Amino acid sequence: MPGPLDGVTVLDLSEWIAGPYATKLFADAGADVIKIERPARSGPAGDPSRGVGPFHGGAPHPEKSGTFFYFNTNKRSLVLDLTQEAAREAFLRLVDRADLVVESFRPGVLDRLGVGWDRIHARKPEIALVSLAPFGQESPYRNYKLTDLTLFGMCGEMYSMGVQDAEPIKMYGTAALVQSGASAAAAAMAALTVTETQGIGQHVDLALADLQFNGTDRRHAAEIGYQFSGRKSLRAAGTARQILGGVYFCADGYVMFVSSAQYLDRVRAMLGDPDWLRDPKWDDPAVQLDPDAIGEFDAYFLPWCLDRTKREIWTEARAHRVLCGPLFTVAELFDDEHFRGRGFFAEFEHADLGRVEIPGRPVIMSATPWQNRRPAPRLGEHSREILAEAGFDAAAVEGLVASEAAFAAQAAS
Amino acid sequence: MSAKRPLEGLRVLDLCVVWAGTYATCILADMGAEVIKLENVHVFAPMTRGGRARPPKAIMTGSMAWGTGYPNNEPGPRAWNYCPTFVQLYRNKKSVTIDLTSEQGQALLRPLIEQTDVFVENNAAGTAEKLGVDYDSLRAIKPDIIVLRAPGYGLSGPYRDARTLGAHLESVTGHTLLRGYADRDPSQTSAIFAGDHMAGSQAAFAIMAALRHRRRTGEGQLIEMAQAEAATPMVAQAYMQQAFTGVAPETVGNRSIYGFAPHNLYPCRSPGSAEDGGDRWIAITVTSDAEWRALRGEMGDPEWARTADLDAAEGRLARQDEIDQHIGAWTRDQDDYDLFHSLQRVGVAAAPVLEASRVFDDPHVQARELNAPQMLPDGLGPYLFNNPPYKFPATPLTHERPPVAMGQDNEYVYTQLIGLSQEEYQAIVDAGDAGMDFDADIP
Repeated sequence: MPGPLDGVTVLDLSEWIAGPYATKLFADAGADVIKIERPARSGPAGDPSRGVGPFHGGAPHPEKSGTFFYFNTNKRSLVLDLTQEAAREAFLRLVDRADLVVESFRPGVLDRLGVGWDRIHARKPEIALVSLAPFGQESPYRNYKLTDLTLFGMCGEMYSMGVQDAEPIKMYGTAALVQSGASAAAAAMAALTVTETQGIGQHVDLALADLQFNGTDRRHAAEIGYQFSGRKSLRAAGTARQILGGVYFCADGYVMFVSSAQYLDRVRAMLGDPDWLRDPKWDDPAVQLDPDAIGEFDAYFLPWCLDRTKREIWTEARAHRVLCGPLFTVAELFDDEHFRGRGFFAEFEHADLGRVEIPGRPVIMSATPWQNRRPAPRLGEHSREILAEAGFDAAAVEGLVASEAAFAAQAAS
Repeated sequence: MSAKRPLEGLRVLDLCVVWAGTYATCILADMGAEVIKLENVHVFAPMTRGGRARPPKAIMTGSMAWGTGYPNNEPGPRAWNYCPTFVQLYRNKKSVTIDLTSEQGQALLRPLIEQTDVFVENNAAGTAEKLGVDYDSLRAIKPDIIVLRAPGYGLSGPYRDARTLGAHLESVTGHTLLRGYADRDPSQTSAIFAGDHMAGSQAAFAIMAALRHRRRTGEGQLIEMAQAEAATPMVAQAYMQQAFTGVAPETVGNRSIYGFAPHNLYPCRSPGSAEDGGDRWIAITVTSDAEWRALRGEMGDPEWARTADLDAAEGRLARQDEIDQHIGAWTRDQDDYDLFHSLQRVGVAAAPVLEASRVFDDPHVQARELNAPQMLPDGLGPYLFNNPPYKFPATPLTHERPPVAMGQDNEYVYTQLIGLSQEEYQAIVDAGDAGMDFDADIP
């Protein structure tokens, strides 16, 4: 069965993490995503994410980047030197056949390359261009840069993450960029919907910053909470939290309980209805925030945790419907019977890497399944076939390659 | 004919709880769909319109503003309509109260389902079956309906029935061990709910993709999202490192997983302390040798920074603790916004770490009109609420309706959609099922 976006063609000029995650969702849903990569000029060829790890086997290599692989599954790669007119003409011929264009250059770059919104719109009025820039196309900060740390620090709710006697602390890796990329995918899908249902093209202006500011990772709640009742979204003060509100040691690691005391009868059942927990004072939400009460509770609760492994605790919690989660490592997750049994991991065969297995689909669609059609592309792997599809005959394709307007990969060794 | 918003004309029923599904339907509402929240005055779904229907005033001042900071530290007449944890996600939506635990309620829902394009829920697995709104029941009424179900761990497997919030999902998917301070025990970590953004966005994407399939084929479908699976892209590089190298990823705190250095937070001139929300920090990230030279120049080319080994990324990585000390000494007495502008002007990605109250005054936030004043029920407000953050020039997306109160659209839904007469609707009101208050005995 084809994916839900079968027949959709996306021209993808985006780079690094956020844009490629947005277009990965399109590719995994069955769209033909043509990843247009840059040739070697002032820097190495291709998406800069080819230059960062983790590298398969450990040594840096542009076809062995785990970052590039993960964010570019199911796409095809075309290398175009858009500073050349012949490459721009090839790009516009692809626009003729495409349904959506996505880019993540700094504002103004696409115009300077001669394939900006005006030229795309003149060529095909019903197609949308989705621009995903750090601060958008129109902003006092439009020329400023963003990285995951600065994005989360300024626009996400980093300030209140961590503890008061240390600096605020970020999420892992590029989590904030991926969040903004996921939101951008939804917006780009809406833009495609407008093209398909109304025949209207438009230049959609998205900012990574805005998708964090107005997304849903606590910042929206901290903003309104401040207006309601003052500045209270602070980092945690030492041990002060609430009953069953944090990470607890256990026999082999850690478990997290948060908001679990809201259903205290379930906790009572999980703990075997001990005498000490029968006191109705524990049901009082004010007591649940009281530091002395937290200490008293933990004196009973921590020994119970330390007698059990994280999986044993979670089994007990699940049986009694108590909010809980063990802290797993990714190694544990690759072996986990739940995720493995659900078929979450996706296998790909790659020319340079052999068989690899990585986390798979975000959703299961009953009529239009998520697909693993191909691994992340090698640089320029599909240049010749894509140019041929755009209507260039064999001699013209070789002319583009010879003039370095396009670059085509050699077959894998 | 004027342009319509992307999903205008489509109707979505929203039986979502907490954040993930609620954010998905917020996106659909922003895109123009008519989203109707299905609520029940007899059942308080915890962590959906608050931790409790009637929170005691005693907890108002006690913890995080985003958890319990109700307007003016008062629970107010209907606390469920202004819990700060959730209220932002109710924009552009409608709300009806209907008792789906009763046969009568399920019968009343039937004509509404017939006029529905998309049904979204993210309750614990099994809840939809109990309420008669699982996929098979819904498609028996509306064959081409699109149903998205997003329980924490999916509809199959040993963890299916686990009760979970975003914080627990995050622990299970590996994020809690990967983030946090490199030099502190994970038990000092605070709970966050980052996976909801991922689940909500991707759910909205999948629904729009399924709508496309329906336009082309007439076929609806069931979309199953395990929120735990949808959250894994946030830790993609850790999974890839495990898969590609077999070496376990490390916890690096605010440092770069790619070895870029310097890459950290640095203290700035602060009007207060962490205890009162007044400490200030600037994030500075150097991702190339050219950016390092630019940063060094802004610092006045100090002697310590001029050694040749720092010209390359490897050298800076090897001495990043020492570099961080020097940068911190340089930033300590400076204003975070001044540093932000001066570093960005020379091409270094830097940004102030904004405490929430400072967001509204930021020139970018104002220029992009990210917020707009809205009134809440019971005469509360105006407060600045988030606008849809997507700039669609041909089909503008705006904050059309302020956050919806529970039951606000009862009359519209019962009379105009379900098709009851005024008398029949009044009977539902009199029976206590259509209303704007939770039952008085719900705490």
